[in-house]
Amino acid sequence: MTMTTETLIVPSFDNDDSTGRKLAIICSKGNLDMVYPGLILANAALGEGVETHLFFTFWGFDIINRKTMDDLKFSFLGNTAMHPPGMFGVSVPQGMGGLPGATAMATHMLKKQIADLDVPEVPEFLDMIHGSGGHLWACRMSADMMKLHEDDLFEGVEGIISASDFIEMTDGAQLLFI
Amino acid sequence: MTTSTIAGRPVDVNEEGFLLDPGQWDEQLAPELAKLIGIALTEEHWKVLRFLRDDFAIQGETATLRRTSLQTGKPVKELFELFPGKPAKKMAYVAGLPKPKGCV
Repeated sequence: MTMTTETLIVPSFDNDDSTGRKLAIICSKGNLDMVYPGLILANAALGEGVETHLFFTFWGFDIINRKTMDDLKFSFLGNTAMHPPGMFGVSVPQGMGGLPGATAMATHMLKKQIADLDVPEVPEFLDMIHGSGGHLWACRMSADMMKLHEDDLFEGVEGIISASDFIEMTDGAQLLFI
Repeated sequence: MTTSTIAGRPVDVNEEGFLLDPGQWDEQLAPELAKLIGIALTEEHWKVLRFLRDDFAIQGETATLRRTSLQTGKPVKELFELFPGKPAKKMAYVAGLPKPKGCV
């Protein structure tokens, strides 16, 4: 039996549902370090009961292309913030990112750091987002440019849609462009 | 700190209602906590709750949704069905544990 007193505090888990909060995330980059922010935020929003839609466009198409999704890369070429893991203030000349093997090495290091935090790789992350009720949409123009079809995409993608369709579908949503 | 009376006994809770001391939780408390957030516990809920309690005892922090899914073998989708809307927070609440800290 539950005794209710004046001081009974219960978390208001479901109060936000009535606000109909919606989040739209446009993923336009295929570099590994630009892919994770969108996926992590989508996953966090879903865990908070927020209706979440992701739109994959241009280089972001690589995230849902089954041929590339497991092989996204990180380069520090052009990234002046690059430093070795944990060595703040020690700069790595970003131009070194152009040397042969630098991208493979940087990708390997980044993937290891992400795995150490128990954060999944991209295909498994998409599975998790899909399983959490997230909506995944592919950009029509990108598909046409790359001559790709639904068969080429991660199976959780709900459809290849136009930019207008996405804008219409996410009416009233908060929007992130990454 | 506030003291709430749940299942006929005083329990210390934070400003949101989460238990402050996981040691005040036992299996009699869980169904009452669940009822307060509109959940009727089934054996499938219990599998998750027992994992969370055991894992917290070892790790010292509440398992995230992904960890819970991997370790219990329950797909994330099922966890959303068992604890709708905000599964990670709801399961932590019913298990008498703090909210998970991890992002994923």
